[in-house]
Amino acid sequence: MKRLLPPVMVAILLLGLWQWWVMAYDIPPFLVPSPLLVMKTLAKDWPLLSGSLLVTLKVTFLALVASVVIGVAVAFAFVQSRWIETAFFPYAVLLQVTPIVAIAPLIIIWVQSPTLSLVICATIVAIFPVIANTTLGLRSVNPGLASLFRMHGASRWQTLMRLRVPSALPYFFGGLRIASGLSLIGAVVAEFVAGTGGTGTGLAYQILQAGYQLNIPRMFAALVLIAATGVALFVLMGALSRRALGGWHESALRTSEEAA
Amino acid sequence: MSAAHLSPNPVIAIRAAEKTYPSGVRALLPVELTVAAGEFVTLLGPSGCGKSTLLNMVAGLLAPSAGQVQVGEGERVSFVFQEATLMPWARVAANVRLPLDLAGTVRDAGDRRVSEALQLVGLDKFANAWPRELSGGMQMRASIARSLVTEPTLLLMDEPFGALDEITRNRLDDELLRLRRERNLTVLFVTHSIHEAVYLSDRVVVMAARPGRVVDEIAIKPAAGRNDDFRVSIEFATYAKQLQDALLAASRNADEALA
Repeated sequence: MKRLLPPVMVAILLLGLWQWWVMAYDIPPFLVPSPLLVMKTLAKDWPLLSGSLLVTLKVTFLALVASVVIGVAVAFAFVQSRWIETAFFPYAVLLQVTPIVAIAPLIIIWVQSPTLSLVICATIVAIFPVIANTTLGLRSVNPGLASLFRMHGASRWQTLMRLRVPSALPYFFGGLRIASGLSLIGAVVAEFVAGTGGTGTGLAYQILQAGYQLNIPRMFAALVLIAATGVALFVLMGALSRRALGGWHESALRTSEEAA
Repeated sequence: MSAAHLSPNPVIAIRAAEKTYPSGVRALLPVELTVAAGEFVTLLGPSGCGKSTLLNMVAGLLAPSAGQVQVGEGERVSFVFQEATLMPWARVAANVRLPLDLAGTVRDAGDRRVSEALQLVGLDKFANAWPRELSGGMQMRASIARSLVTEPTLLLMDEPFGALDEITRNRLDDELLRLRRERNLTVLFVTHSIHEAVYLSDRVVVMAARPGRVVDEIAIKPAAGRNDDFRVSIEFATYAKQLQDALLAASRNADEALA
């Protein structure tokens, strides 16, 4: 609760200033709508915007799941042999450094299903931190514990499940937190590229449409929803990470102690 | 103890075992060492003398580049590391249970042995604690409990108390002696502390560095047993001096050889 108070106070202050500024200087709503107007628009356009929110959420969620499943599988393949890692890691980097806006048009042309093409784009954006962090984590095994497992004749499977995977968890969750934000960014960017071609009905499509119609309050309302989704994802991943790392990892402990 | 010395089957038999790395670095010159059942033997020397190398060869973690290292048939070996090396994601009881889990011991039998081992090191009240909640000394105790849970006959210890403060270390030294007596353990112990070597050992193998080698062997036979009085006795100081002289002589010889 204590940690929530300062940011909420800042928000109230800034929104108040904004409202006052718009009213005092009589700024037209097609330039900057007041926060109250944005809230009203959000309520009025909710049937339209909530549908778009669901579309964007679906793409974000599917992309996050895909990047976790594929990313973790790739990381496991990488730690099986140095050769695989050396051979394929540059291509993971290649995916990461190529701007998604440059590849998205191709993917949208190639892939028939609009949802699938958006999910592929968002996955490409989100997958790298999962691969990189999980690989690092699977390799970051305490050498003493590794010797212990060896001395007690642990099988490859036992070593993987009881030693490598738990060692990798904190790294994995760090990657997951970054990937969750990136999958939302990827979903929105891909929708922008897909544009008004008749395929997208997500929040980015609403922003584009609102822009064409100079319906700036709706644009802001859609922006608010995207931002809120991002924050919600971040909080959700944090809670998930604390839950999974329980009482043992420093990252989970520090926040829970501060919150207490 | 003398009967043990006469036993035809030593617990550890090291014959001309040496270690040379592919880079040509000679980590350890050929070593001859026999350890009898129930003996407490300490490898004492500065860093780089190959004492950990020798211990790791006995543990089977490292293969000698020549010679032989044999551990008696039927011996159950446990290893205690320099650090506690507990799994941070598992509670104390689960950490202690690990060797049993890896061996596929059934649940109930495992439970009993885990609580026995925890009781032996005085951690029975901390079975459900996370490792990070324990002090350094308690973490080391948990590590020792883990090594005892398989009911070993031979304990290999690599500077187990090196990172602890002196007061905690002395207390754990006493506990180790008690465990050894109760469990009739054979112990091969590595340390760079002269005092710890004198206090614990039946026999101290003095080693020197660059290249790592064994230079001397000194038997410790306290007239009145090992206790707090022994720690501050003239007898203790005499043994300590003997070990110190052996270490100094070895390093002086090495310096001359270099000159």
